Amino acid sequence: MTTTDMPAAPSSDTVPRSPAGNPLGFGHMLRKEDARFVRGQGHYVDDVRLPGMLHGAILRSSYAHARVVSIDTSAAEAHPKVKAVITGKILETLNLAWMPTLSGDVTAVLATDKVRFHGQEVAFVVAEDEYSARDALELIEVEYEPLPAVVDATHALDPDAPIIRDDLEGRTDNKIYDWEAGDEAACDEAFAKADVVVAEDLVYPRVHPAPMETCGAVAHMDKVTGKLTIWTTTQAPHAHRTVYALVAGLPEHKIQVISPDIGGGFGNKVGIYPGYVLAIVGSIVTGAPVKWMEDRSENLMSTSFARDYHMHGEIAATKDGKILALRVRVLADHGAFNGVAQPTKFPAGFFHIFTGSYDYPAAHCKVTAVYTNKALGGVAYACSFRITEAVYLVERMVNCLAFELKQDPAELRMKNLLRPEQFPYMSPTGWEYDSGDYPRALREAMRIAGYEELRREQASRRAAAAQPGADPTAPLMGIGLSFFTEGVGAGPRKHMDILGLGMADGCELRIHPTGKAQLRLSVQTQGQGHETTFAQIVSHVIGLPPEDIEVIHGDTDNTPFGLGTYGSRSTPVSGAAAAVAAQRIKDKARVIAAAALECSVDDLEWEHGRWFVRGDPTQGKTIAELAMIAHGSLELPEGVEGHLDASVVYNPPNLTYPFGAYICVVDVDPQTGQVKVRRFIAVDDCGPRINPMIVEGQIHGGLADGIGMALMEVIAFDRDGNNLGGSFMDYLLPTSMECPSWELGQTVTPSPHHPIGVKGVGESATVGSPPAVVNAVLDALQVRSADMPFTPAMTWRALEGRPMRPDLAIE
Amino acid sequence: MRVTLTVNGAETTADVEPRLLLVHYLRDVLGLTGTHWGCDTSNCGACTVWLDGVPIKSCTTLAAMADGHEVRTVEGLASEDGLDPVQQGFVEEHGLQCGFCTPGMMMTARALLDRIPDPDEATIREAISGNLCRCTGYENIVRAIRWAARHEAERTSEEAAV
Amino acid sequence: MQVPAPFEYQRAGSVDEAIALLARSGGDARLVAGGHSLLPMMKLRLARPETLVDINGLSDLEYVKVDGDEIAIGAMTRHVGVLESAVLAEHYRIFAEAERVIADPLVRNRGTVGGSLCQADPSEDLSAVFAALKGRAVIRSASGTRSVDLRAFHLGPYETVVGDAEIVVEVRVPIRPHTGSAYEKVERRAGDWSVAAAGAFVQLRGDTIDDVGIGMTAVGAAHFTCEEAEDSLRGGPVSPEAIDEAARICGQRCNPSADQRGPVDYKRHLVSVLVARALTRSVARARGEAA
Ligand SMILES: Cc1cc2nc3c(=O)[nH]c(=O)nc-3n(C[C@H](O)[C@H](O)[C@H](O)COP(=O)(O)OP(=O)(O)OC[C@H]3O[C@@H](n4cnc5c(N)ncnc54)[C@H](O)[C@@H]3O)c2cc1C
Ligand code: FES
Ligand code: FES
Repeated sequence: MTTTDMPAAPSSDTVPRSPAGNPLGFGHMLRKEDARFVRGQGHYVDDVRLPGMLHGAILRSSYAHARVVSIDTSAAEAHPKVKAVITGKILETLNLAWMPTLSGDVTAVLATDKVRFHGQEVAFVVAEDEYSARDALELIEVEYEPLPAVVDATHALDPDAPIIRDDLEGRTDNKIYDWEAGDEAACDEAFAKADVVVAEDLVYPRVHPAPMETCGAVAHMDKVTGKLTIWTTTQAPHAHRTVYALVAGLPEHKIQVISPDIGGGFGNKVGIYPGYVLAIVGSIVTGAPVKWMEDRSENLMSTSFARDYHMHGEIAATKDGKILALRVRVLADHGAFNGVAQPTKFPAGFFHIFTGSYDYPAAHCKVTAVYTNKALGGVAYACSFRITEAVYLVERMVNCLAFELKQDPAELRMKNLLRPEQFPYMSPTGWEYDSGDYPRALREAMRIAGYEELRREQASRRAAAAQPGADPTAPLMGIGLSFFTEGVGAGPRKHMDILGLGMADGCELRIHPTGKAQLRLSVQTQGQGHETTFAQIVSHVIGLPPEDIEVIHGDTDNTPFGLGTYGSRSTPVSGAAAAVAAQRIKDKARVIAAAALECSVDDLEWEHGRWFVRGDPTQGKTIAELAMIAHGSLELPEGVEGHLDASVVYNPPNLTYPFGAYICVVDVDPQTGQVKVRRFIAVDDCGPRINPMIVEGQIHGGLADGIGMALMEVIAFDRDGNNLGGSFMDYLLPTSMECPSWELGQTVTPSPHHPIGVKGVGESATVGSPPAVVNAVLDALQVRSADMPFTPAMTWRALEGRPMRPDLAIE
Repeated sequence: MRVTLTVNGAETTADVEPRLLLVHYLRDVLGLTGTHWGCDTSNCGACTVWLDGVPIKSCTTLAAMADGHEVRTVEGLASEDGLDPVQQGFVEEHGLQCGFCTPGMMMTARALLDRIPDPDEATIREAISGNLCRCTGYENIVRAIRWAARHEAERTSEEAAV
Repeated sequence: MQVPAPFEYQRAGSVDEAIALLARSGGDARLVAGGHSLLPMMKLRLARPETLVDINGLSDLEYVKVDGDEIAIGAMTRHVGVLESAVLAEHYRIFAEAERVIADPLVRNRGTVGGSLCQADPSEDLSAVFAALKGRAVIRSASGTRSVDLRAFHLGPYETVVGDAEIVVEVRVPIRPHTGSAYEKVERRAGDWSVAAAGAFVQLRGDTIDDVGIGMTAVGAAHFTCEEAEDSLRGGPVSPEAIDEAARICGQRCNPSADQRGPVDYKRHLVSVLVARALTRSVARARGEAA
């Protein structure tokens, strides 16, 4: 079959518009999904109501580490509205007490031998209504024998540390793995030659994605048909289906996973949680549909934390600031079970992209992961498989270097950024960056910020503050930069799989006889606007109006297999699948057009949405007309089947590498330590922007995350291992008051290997913004070292030269 | 106990437990699932509805306390003429992503504009500070409310001209 | 989501009825005003009253008015009513300044003055405000009405002098001429409870401090105040040194505990900073200057 070229990405003002005024391709377009949301007609998991539906609630451990001596459920069972009480003992008889994690470990569905973190699942009650289910939890009596807990990761490998995972044969310590990347010898050599070496300890504390909708599921096992239907908050419905089949031994063709509207995911909804499995067990046991929705405390205490990386970095440079090498040692706190959601061959995720956006030959990292008595997780919260930690590390190290060399951090970055002619660029730890013009992005951010002027203002404020009799309350002004390179769109299947499932994504495009289309995706939106963007991708290729393209997703019975939406992979992977499917439609339509117009395919030319005969534009057929013909009675050429459908599985050849330059300006009250973010400038390059409005929205959200992590978000633990961030009173999300009005800019460098050049943007700002804020705060304080979050107390202590550990209780 | 509430202009009656939270009365008894919930500690505002014309957190109010009172939810925002300008503003300015905070956010916004028809950015930010959004970074929510204010002003001046 | 344990619900149509309903259930009943402290505690099952007596119908307790040489604030006045009260804005700027940083606008639409004081949360902002202003609470029971100095109102965290069958109906603060007042709060984020907060009023006679009140919250200050610091200022001339000294005393005498909002040394330091700022701005306002 003849293949035609994929159209180049147009600038949005030249895109023709549909009758409804939407762009026939890329450009600003209002979201199709909003019509239901603004009317209150979104349909989320907790909105699912089925006849006879029961409600589940989970009893959780009040200890971080304790032996479970006994569980007495008799009083709960006697509650008139309780239908079932399930414990680990019962699950053991079903061989369901433990389930595999996404990284080759096992995790308890309900505790049998021990509880290993504060908030771990101990028993499950199914009752007629939620209120009764929660009442019954109070009737369950659990006898615990408390054990000493491992709380501080830096002591997890002490010889006298209690062994957390005595369920695993032969365990004598709390180590999960040692892993390294890069060339240690080359790194040592570069360090030996360096004029300057700066070392820094950095904690990226435990944080939580905390989407506004918590996790939950409604499970319905139909005893007659043997079909299990589960409505659930999942970012990866197909992967969940396969895992349920593997865990519960249920036949996969009898499992339907439906992911309805999802109230934000950010990685919180990638994993399979005990609550989901318990809803299924509850439905099997009672024969009725069972709903389980976690409350906010359960969400913050038990499902999918993020980060918790204790990093020691060392950066080597010449005295004029040319970076020579970077080495890192990481202590990774994975909690009580290794439940990280990431590609199998990458136990530390993509952390080893930590060399960042700079040009230097040598790098090496060693990662040691440990068990502690905390909840499991680690990869979540828009982290692009730990690129968040990597970017934080390198951007803090570069700032520390600038601090020691007394150089302007912008200048130092400019001196070391990769140059455009170096792309495609092979990084010292083995990543092939696809495309980029980094200096241009940094210059653009500095232009928007008015960087020179800001530095002048800062200098004059500092001069004024040094005068005798100066106002001691005058704010300290700080300017912080970060430059990030992301790697998204996981991933090439020969390198990347999760639980053996290759990270490719399927897509089906059907053009109905009247020229209206349905696009079926394996990925699942949680607010990113797939229903709009993916219609625009198809429209871009075949010219159908986006309003005529219905995007179907989130239902395993009605969509092709694929690994779902996280790691900013939807547009790079599934978006490519949609473009390729549309391209196949276009190619097939050409053959059909040739038959209909009685000419050769080579005589046909394409104008957006229509094939016509070269030299006679009146002789042509639109895609819609060709769809009718394809379903009609016209004799089609040998080997051409009827209908106008295409089905694609896209296996990305490489990741895509979005990048950006961020500048943050803060004012700090020197007496109280309060930080006010005055300005935030973000220049992002994610390749061509399919829908600029949606792209900007994605960036805005990620920048707010950066404010959150840098200034307030943290889950700390007290000495006994109690979670100190278990509600929205204690785990603080930024409000409208802490967020400035974002100032965005862009550069556009297409990805050379993606069919339509786009790079993905869902996590860029979450990855890139925290170091900009932190660098700004420390710049204001004129202090080199301290860990986020910069709450007033943390900031004041940093200014005093007595910074505090963010991950432990303040004592 | 028996409660009677006027919800979006219609009288509703049900036998409920005294402890039933207003958010559950709306969602579970009436099936008005546009009102969401997002926390246990009255911090998030996802559950915002109006009680006698004032935006409140329906997770921190008993259905019993609302007995005999008027409640307005997101389902009562649009009129026969179409979307409320606040709803339209959220669409026009991309004031929502996942849509979970949106109903509560819009109820707060509508109440703000009824009191202050032309609020500046600072006033808007303060007004919505009890409604958390994890997706949008708030910028486009502020713009959405400004959009609504502008369009209401235009509409009023057009009506005055007629 | 977390939900309260079962209870009985009663509505009071009058103060007398509320008292009678409380008396009838002999200590197992609680009043519910705005419910914004009580209901969250009940969801967490830290509070489980057998009966709730709803006093939201007592709209006659919702007022702010000048009454003789005092301002009277009805117990059912919502936070928003305090925030927007013209009477309070005229006499005491401290109210609006404190209210703007209490919780968020939605909570302020429901939470009440009476509920705030009776909750006796050690971080309650209005407790500091009323302690600073040396207000009185008017308490009613079946046997009559009594009035309690707000500096003797709180017996400790979550504990007040209000009896099982009593209700706070009103709070009163004296009107003071030549007075300025201010409130300073540091929070980790908008809507958060105080890391520390301080409020003050200063009444001037020329350049002499005729009277002064200091209130503090979230830092374990006895009765939300520090009389030693007030004494150090009263009768003396206004000076930055005197203010700093009073602020230093407050920082020293309060008794904060370490938590995720901050360590003890920081909180003591913060108290000094905030007391000094509140006093300084109060003085400026008493002099009619912008502050
Ligand atoms: C998210 C959130 C954030 C908050 N942040 C702050 C903050 O920053 N600063 C702050 O100061 N407060 C804060 N609060 C508390 C808020 O101010 C509450 O509204 C207030 O503490 C209680 O008022 P209420 O009317 O809701 O009391 P309720 O919850 O109804 O009652 C509280 C207690 O007082 C009793 N009571 C109520 N009224 C009377 C009366 N008239 N006589 C006798 N007893 C009575 C009740 O029986 C109950 O024991 C916050 C609350 C929330 C939910
Ligand atoms: S549900 Fe969070 S404030 Fe009501
Ligand atoms: S749009 Fe998702 S929480 Fe606001």
